[in-house]
Amino acid sequence: MGNTILRMKEIEKGFNGNTVLDKVNFNVKAGEVHALMGGNGAGKSTLMKILTGVYQLDNGTIEIEDSKVNLENTRDAQQAGVSMIFQEFSLIPKLTVAQNIFLHREPRTSLGMIDDKKMVKDSQRIIDDMGLSISPKDLVENLSVGYWQMTEIAKALSINTKILIMDEPTSTLTKTETEVLFSLIHQLKQSGITIIYISHRMDEIFQVCDRITVLRNGTNVITTPCSEITMEELIDHIIGGNMVKSFEWVERPKKEDRKPLLEVKNLQSGSRVKNVSFSLHGGEILGLAGLMGSGRSETVRAIFGVDPVSGGEVNVRGERDSFSSPKEAIQKGVGLVPEDRRSQGLVLGHSVRENMILSSLDKLSKNKVLQNQQANKKVEELVKKLNVKTDSTQKTVSLLSGGNQQKVVLAKWLLNETEILLLDEPTSGVDIGAKIEIIEIIRELADAGKAVLVVSSEMTELLAMSDRVLIMKDGEVTSSIERKDIKGEEDVERAIQGEG
Amino acid sequence: MPSKVKGKLINFDWRQYIVYIAFVLVLIYFSITLAEQGFMTTHNLLNIARQTAMISIMGVAMTFVISSKEIDLSVGSVAALSAITTALTMQAGLGMISGVLVGLGTGLAIGFVNGYLVTRVAIPSFLVTLAMMMIARGLAMWVSGTAPIPILSDSYIFLFGSGSVLGVPILLIWTLIIAAIGHIILRKFTFGRETLATGGNEMAATYSGIKTNRIKMTVFMASGMMAGLAGMLYAGRLQAGRFTFGEGDELSVIAAVILGGTSLFGGVGTVIGTVIGSIMIGTINNALILQGLDVSQQMVVQGIIIILAVAFGRKKKKA
Repeated sequence: MGNTILRMKEIEKGFNGNTVLDKVNFNVKAGEVHALMGGNGAGKSTLMKILTGVYQLDNGTIEIEDSKVNLENTRDAQQAGVSMIFQEFSLIPKLTVAQNIFLHREPRTSLGMIDDKKMVKDSQRIIDDMGLSISPKDLVENLSVGYWQMTEIAKALSINTKILIMDEPTSTLTKTETEVLFSLIHQLKQSGITIIYISHRMDEIFQVCDRITVLRNGTNVITTPCSEITMEELIDHIIGGNMVKSFEWVERPKKEDRKPLLEVKNLQSGSRVKNVSFSLHGGEILGLAGLMGSGRSETVRAIFGVDPVSGGEVNVRGERDSFSSPKEAIQKGVGLVPEDRRSQGLVLGHSVRENMILSSLDKLSKNKVLQNQQANKKVEELVKKLNVKTDSTQKTVSLLSGGNQQKVVLAKWLLNETEILLLDEPTSGVDIGAKIEIIEIIRELADAGKAVLVVSSEMTELLAMSDRVLIMKDGEVTSSIERKDIKGEEDVERAIQGEG
Repeated sequence: MPSKVKGKLINFDWRQYIVYIAFVLVLIYFSITLAEQGFMTTHNLLNIARQTAMISIMGVAMTFVISSKEIDLSVGSVAALSAITTALTMQAGLGMISGVLVGLGTGLAIGFVNGYLVTRVAIPSFLVTLAMMMIARGLAMWVSGTAPIPILSDSYIFLFGSGSVLGVPILLIWTLIIAAIGHIILRKFTFGRETLATGGNEMAATYSGIKTNRIKMTVFMASGMMAGLAGMLYAGRLQAGRFTFGEGDELSVIAAVILGGTSLFGGVGTVIGTVIGSIMIGTINNALILQGLDVSQQMVVQGIIIILAVAFGRKKKKA
């Protein structure tokens, strides 16, 4: 790790009189992986948009390699060696990898035609340098999402990038793809490329980053080497409070004596769910752990009636039931917070109110006429109770942050007074503040007697909430462990990976 | 501060009301420029209402279809077929009530087939209803032998054509009744919310417990039935059933719906906007006739208006 490659000094930026960045200092050393963290509205993305030339700063200076730069547009930024990999990929699926890499700056032959050979050759060289096993002639649409991102990175490398910004790069990746990405990051570091890494995922930050900068309310609260800060301290800096205890597990009174609300016996569905059995009691939070592809999401979808059940039983309150549609499941008091809130959980173009009432239309109507006053009252209550940050209940839900969107999805089931809640990755893609709030909400729901099944890939969270953890492997529940018998994350990881 | 003023102007989403603003401007413009030709006379205005009734009525149901992110291209042909079946039933001496039921039943049946093919066989509605447009028109020609079938019942002609109550043309009354029912269903009933959710994000709607196939089935049947009613109104107005009724209406209907502010991409719909859109197109056509323009010129103007309206009514792109 060498000299400081990037100096952003006293950066100020405001929109319509609201200060978003207040004299932020942000320094990055050449060849390091530097994590940039902060809750929603902390100013991370504004700072990065200034660095990539999307926004112009009001005050302050930017120096790259000790010379002052003026970044008026994205082209300036690219010429200064700054590139960003966006959350939403900017690739064209119908084109090949090479065509995407050289999009809009294709090499030409002497006749002015596109030099396909050179394009493929140059792409191949970049791909080889990255140690990837894709061909430049592959169509992007035929690659898995992980390789889309690799292609994006290849595109950035092809234009002589010195500083590469990655915004939540792992949010759409599987575990294996994530590992490939991490080894690539390592390799890029070796070849002298500096990486600014934006993520909400704590474990990743500690895995790949050298230093961390935390922004809060538009100021830099800390810049520190990763090795000198604990996860608790980090969370403390991000949320600026003392809510860290949320990630500690507290044993809750047990209610095993009652009959289970939900009982699943030898459930089979599709090719992923082979033999799943468990029971879930009122007041209990049951964690479902397992590798990507072990059939967790498919299990909750089958219980909820989205995917067809091909064998086994689902019993609700002791009655044998198997739902052929979500509507039936909802009528029996089962609700699902799906894995992908944008495509499965929300009608993004509709308002907060319209989304919240969507699964409770029957309850909120008389003779099929919607009772607006009653609906508005309930929606207002829930917005307040869940602390959904929105100007009004009429605001379009796509304009809310990820955390607040997720609260709206949860609210759909609270409004419906659903007793059995299946939560599939309830905190994915939300910032740490909202994460803590959501964990608190889930605990309160269980305290109020609801039965909660949580699927989560984030072990810290899963262990913070669960009273009991089920381990799922290759379509089967292989073991059930009481939370108090779990010493640490390693125990669960071992069970997930292990042979038995 | 100028920035504050600007903020307020941006906050007022005038795009949502573009059709109403445009309609008022069109009325003011023609009432001034065409004062001498009698544009603003009650007689002329009621005439516009009569001429646009069928498009408005089909538009009300089409609003639901488009809100659920589907399309129905068969409405014009269904109108013709229903007009024929109604006229034939009455010609056979089965009476007005059977005629009305057969006409509505024809539309309902075709709507059912459309809905079935879209939801169960999973053929895109564009293709299903494009084919149905040809089938229904062909059937109308076939069963009528391409000849007009006269309707002689005075009460039918009064109720579905040239009648008026207290000076209000019966066709306007039909329009108002259907528009009111459509508006209330879309805004006040759970069915309206379910339709919009289905069009806004079908998967999220399913996960919320909405039977989206049932919704689509229902909107196609409603669209078929309203097309049937429109066909019966054509028959009442011209005192005969003809296979030529409603030719090209599907495009006028879709234009009225989109002009009114319903999103072609589903999830957003307004019945009142549709009716205003329909009347506005009718008003412009009427004014162009008064000005002495012919049908070909009307078509050009109508096309330009649709492009302008959709261009201005488009959602702001996010910064």
